[in-house]
Amino acid sequence: MSRVSKVEFTKEMKKNYTILCPDMAPIHFNLLERVFKNNGYNLVVLKNQGTSVVEEGLKNVHNDTCYPALLVIGQMIDALNSGAYNIHKVALMITQTGGGCRASNYIHLLRKALIKGGYGHVPVISLNAAGLEKNSGFKIPLKMLKQAVAILAYGDLLMLLDNQVKPYEIHRGDSKENVEYWLKYLGDEFSRSMGVKTSCLRMNMEKIVRSFNAIPMEKKNKVKVGIVGEIYVKFSSLGNNNLEEFLYNEDCEVMIPGLLGFIMYTVENGVIDHQLYGKGKIKSIVMKKINDYLGSVEGIMIDAVKKYSDFTAPSPFKHLKELVDEVVGLGCKMGEGWLLPGEIVELIIKGYDNIVCTQPFGCLPNQIVGKGVIPNIKKKHPEANIVPIDYDPGATKVNQENRIKLMLAVAREKMNEEYIDYISKGIEDKINNGNIPANIL
Amino acid sequence: MMKIGLDVGSTTLKCVVMDQEENLLFSSYERHYSQIKEKTITLLEEIKDRFPHVDTYYLSISGSAGMGLAQRFDIPFIQEVYATRLAVLKRVENPDVVIELGGEDAKILFLSGGMEVRMNGSCAGGTGAFIDQMATLMGVNLTELNQLAKCYDKTYTIASRCGVFAKTDIQPLLNQGANKSDISKSIFNAVVNQTIGGLAQGRPIKGNVVYLGGPLTFFSQLRESFNSVLEVIGTCPENSLYFVAMGTALSHTEKRIDLKELLNKLRTAEDIKEFGGVNRLFSSDEEYIKFKSRHDKERISTIDPRSYSGNGYLGIDAGSTTIKAVVIDEDENLIASVYRHNQGNPIPLIRDFLLNFHKDYPDIKIKTSAVTGYGEELVKNAFNLDYGVVETIAHYTAAKKYKENVDFIIDIGGQDIKCFKIRDGLIDSIFLNEACSSGCGSFLQTFAEALGYSIDEFAKLGIHAKNPVDLGSRCTVFMNSSVKQAQKDGATIADISAGLSISVIKNALYKVIRANSAKDLGENIVVQGGTFYNDSVLKAFEDELGHKVIRPNISGLMGAYGAAIYCKNQNEHKGEHLDMVGLENFSHNVKVVLCNLCENNCRLTVNNFGDGRKFIGGNRCERPIKNKTNETSYNIFDEKLKLLSEYKPIVGRRGSIGIPMALNMYELLPFWHTLFTLLDFEVIVSPFSSQDIYIKGQHTIPSDTICFPAKLVHGHIEYLLDKNVDKIFYPCLTYNINEKRGDNDFNCPVVAYYPEVIAANVGRIKESKFIFDYLGFDNLKLLVERIYEIFRKEHKDLRYNEVNLAVYRAKKEYENYMSKIQNKGKDFLDISRMEGKRAIVLAGRPYHIDPEVNHGIGKLLDELGIIVLSEDSISHLSGKTKTDILNQWTYHSRLYSVSEYISKLDNVELVQLVSFGCGLDAITTDEVKAILEENNKIYTQIKIDEITNLGAVKIRIRSLLAAIEQREREMMMV
Repeated sequence: MSRVSKVEFTKEMKKNYTILCPDMAPIHFNLLERVFKNNGYNLVVLKNQGTSVVEEGLKNVHNDTCYPALLVIGQMIDALNSGAYNIHKVALMITQTGGGCRASNYIHLLRKALIKGGYGHVPVISLNAAGLEKNSGFKIPLKMLKQAVAILAYGDLLMLLDNQVKPYEIHRGDSKENVEYWLKYLGDEFSRSMGVKTSCLRMNMEKIVRSFNAIPMEKKNKVKVGIVGEIYVKFSSLGNNNLEEFLYNEDCEVMIPGLLGFIMYTVENGVIDHQLYGKGKIKSIVMKKINDYLGSVEGIMIDAVKKYSDFTAPSPFKHLKELVDEVVGLGCKMGEGWLLPGEIVELIIKGYDNIVCTQPFGCLPNQIVGKGVIPNIKKKHPEANIVPIDYDPGATKVNQENRIKLMLAVAREKMNEEYIDYISKGIEDKINNGNIPANIL
Repeated sequence: MMKIGLDVGSTTLKCVVMDQEENLLFSSYERHYSQIKEKTITLLEEIKDRFPHVDTYYLSISGSAGMGLAQRFDIPFIQEVYATRLAVLKRVENPDVVIELGGEDAKILFLSGGMEVRMNGSCAGGTGAFIDQMATLMGVNLTELNQLAKCYDKTYTIASRCGVFAKTDIQPLLNQGANKSDISKSIFNAVVNQTIGGLAQGRPIKGNVVYLGGPLTFFSQLRESFNSVLEVIGTCPENSLYFVAMGTALSHTEKRIDLKELLNKLRTAEDIKEFGGVNRLFSSDEEYIKFKSRHDKERISTIDPRSYSGNGYLGIDAGSTTIKAVVIDEDENLIASVYRHNQGNPIPLIRDFLLNFHKDYPDIKIKTSAVTGYGEELVKNAFNLDYGVVETIAHYTAAKKYKENVDFIIDIGGQDIKCFKIRDGLIDSIFLNEACSSGCGSFLQTFAEALGYSIDEFAKLGIHAKNPVDLGSRCTVFMNSSVKQAQKDGATIADISAGLSISVIKNALYKVIRANSAKDLGENIVVQGGTFYNDSVLKAFEDELGHKVIRPNISGLMGAYGAAIYCKNQNEHKGEHLDMVGLENFSHNVKVVLCNLCENNCRLTVNNFGDGRKFIGGNRCERPIKNKTNETSYNIFDEKLKLLSEYKPIVGRRGSIGIPMALNMYELLPFWHTLFTLLDFEVIVSPFSSQDIYIKGQHTIPSDTICFPAKLVHGHIEYLLDKNVDKIFYPCLTYNINEKRGDNDFNCPVVAYYPEVIAANVGRIKESKFIFDYLGFDNLKLLVERIYEIFRKEHKDLRYNEVNLAVYRAKKEYENYMSKIQNKGKDFLDISRMEGKRAIVLAGRPYHIDPEVNHGIGKLLDELGIIVLSEDSISHLSGKTKTDILNQWTYHSRLYSVSEYISKLDNVELVQLVSFGCGLDAITTDEVKAILEENNKIYTQIKIDEITNLGAVKIRIRSLLAAIEQREREMMMV
């Protein structure tokens, strides 16, 4: 009695169909696009923004559904409407996490929306690791999976370095240019099946770190802000009203914990599920193996940052898991689960103790792991300056920015106090010698 | 150097000038009506005149609507809370907590013991705008509101989360004739509850409390309410309106600004249009005239009452904010009509209308009469009218007069949207706006008034708007901030007016009806309700649909007109309504009493109408009226509650363990109770929820957008702490029991992890040992081990085998409990089938049987003689359903199975209960609807929250029943 039938993405379609995919983290998705193309899929990461995206979302998706679903589906339908693609030669791709939150249902909402909008014939491909849906024309070989892992690490690294260089660069645009250089370079390497092996990773990452380290910078006193939150609104400028840019214009340095950690978190839950609830033993062994591999790639990245620069490197995922002790239980695994408070604690320790916690309005898991457990973090770290921000079609930028500005005013005051304390403790000589810890200047 | 601080709030402009020594030389406070630039110019000119010898100042701006101004003219911007703090630290001695309420903002600032700031989110509830709206609703001005509140006698519980909820609470009180003083005080108390519940979030407010901002300065009664709830004596310091402005002036921005130069810049600056605009409504006057004349054709004839003698038929529509009445003749022509704001009490208005009618036209005899709308029962009783008509039926009856084959009717009234489809001459799907987007018509009005216009002027302005503001389509209360943003970006009043009209329409279309195009609605659409007199709204509707619609010339009177036709068409014309004499002797007084017939303790408003007739309102059940319960009652909600209350504490040697009766405990209690009783603990279960329980825990709720059932958990925990239990047991459960009817067996994230929220946010939780480990039922052996491990730490004598046995017996008891419910469910279905009795499945979650959660919907159905079932009482009768969505939550899987199962049964309908704020239901509702409609069943959804008014629910249930009956009648005729 199914009312919505799944349209198969066939082998035939692979040849001449364009696959549209919503954007999230621009650096990562740029590389992803290249890898798919190299493997014979004509993937296009959508860049369309503006009110029509939200409009289409509101029209076609239940309005009480979370904001990311509304935006992602709105973006796809807006793209189909745009006339830029032959709608009989186009497929859509969307991720499906398989977790206990609503996000696992985005694909079904998308299908319903397509039928509503007159695009019922368009195939939708589920990109998932949980074996939820399959398509004959869409297979990801192991080689591609390894490339995907490399993308996560490269993307995280580029984002990390760009964020630490951009606010201080002397020639505006240097960092951006460098990012673009590496995106092209890596894309080219992938097309030659290179850049993935451990030795390649190590070599490329060294070069990347060195290249950013070589950009002329002026160390200035800036407020350091960490961004955490629901995965889509955390990364997507469409979702968070250009939060990164706003903070950059407010003269802040921004730190955004990467995507690799999120993937490792979802994998790790397979291990925890066995420990806590006695779920699949074999699955847990496989998941552990996968995370060992991901952990080794993560290690290469962290080493490169530490070895070839003074930039702040992220903590290993394993460490994050320890950080949430007394904050939240590891069984809490829907949405961003225990990872989110873990990231907050890690940012605080690294000196990014001013934090924007982004969440879609009414996001179920984040009301628990965001707003819900912040008091536990504050008990351990009273200095933390955390502001939760809700995003939805009705929330206005002015309200959001006003709240962030308050957080920033407190941050600046704190920064000045720290500076004064520092001087009053009689260590001016250190400053005179130029021997100043980075978190003060 | 002199300092100027400008505070541009959402509705007002405040300014101070201070000298070098920080003495206040000048201050000003006024509403800016969104003309921020103009008002700023006038203000600065005044300052220039007053201090002619000063050229340069340190000037800074603050306030949510000031950001744009600061950016454009390169003036330092100071965040307003930060400014408040600066000023308070300088001007108040030893402040501990600051409570500042503004037009749309509410803030609490904790100064001592760890500085912390709390601001309201995207919700404008509990602020000045909220009080404004409530005053408008009551038809009093703000001073009167404060005066009224002084002489209150009792207070009512009013949902304070947002204006819309409060309206739903206040409106029936007004309609039932409750005392305005009591309501006024209740409104202030609601603001206090909102501020404390929404912002304090567990942190105690004590010590030296400082009140700032407009509402707290102007309303002494609001300060009183805060004082009594907080048990403090707070102070409202001198210049309490100007603290943000003073703090702004006092901030060390050190930027010199030449006033003359700035004024020049301001005067010459173009009005920029940066806000998102949408297409204008009318491109030319000509287009408007054509539009107007097309709609003017849709009319029924009116006849002069002086030239008519004979029978008349009276129809009254007692709406939420307005009262409408018509008298028609035998040919359904309009003889007389009235359309008025009800001023909170419709009774005297109707009496006046009827008295005048009788006096002026003695030759017309009102043969029979009917009433519809919110105030139906009150008005019917007051004037002894013949019939009460369900609103949907009344509107359909009237619409048919304009278009016999109407497909779709939409009515936007004062605070509600009603729409329904007509399929083969039958009312099919009924859409009513839910709590979050009501307020439409009256929202436009409140907004017009806030900007200094009458609603008519405001609507006219919109017609000529060149660049209507894009305000989105969420709940209209949230639109306040969108408007604020547009004002900041330089939108004109006309643009805002048109934008609001468009938003109201988008809300109706995409949020209530959720239509995609005109095709979804049908060919012949009739629009009704007072709001559609507004041509901007009407045009916006046609534009958005891309389809022409019919607006009757009496669009605001359609409910009353329909009621009149309805009673005219009845076979029996009782005509017992009050006559001239009755009306002249008519009196009406209201008394408030507390009903003691059950634990609900409803506050009843008893209306006496002089001749011994009376009407009781505010009741949740019929007992105070009938003084007895139904003899044969088939109510599964009651049965379940009865079963659950059998799990009583038995004193044990290992001490006491508390279980909060909330969320999934409504299903798992038999399991945990049995387990711990067998392990020799005394199991103390908190009682079913009540308003008292809710209030007890309100101050520890960290998220105001979480569902109501989750909010209730906090109160249950406080209850258990008061009982001094040794331990509280409330485990995290990612997975539910696997019933094999879905693709997975998750709990929803809130049910799964709410114990984490309790652990982090309930300050007193340390007073007891809180056990909230992650457990699961998939692997019972593992569960035994985990329980053993957890309790063994403290109870060394605990043996593994003991736990093992207890867990297995607990599982048995759970199964036993479930099968009792299932047997009852099956029995009830059999009765329905054999006796041909109507049954309704109230499909939600196990915790929806909590009387505080469902507000007595079960009882309501029971009293209408309907068999009440629940999803878990009959889901066992069917297996896994094929769904179009990922079917991965145990509780929700039952909904799909049940929907499919009952859609094959006669006499059984399904009403889905949805908690406001439940994100999962955005997915389940569409699916359940699709399953039912595929099988020709009518889908009805009821959203439930803190609202205690059953009126809206009743309308919906009655409409459903009327629709089903109509459908069955037609089927019998075929």
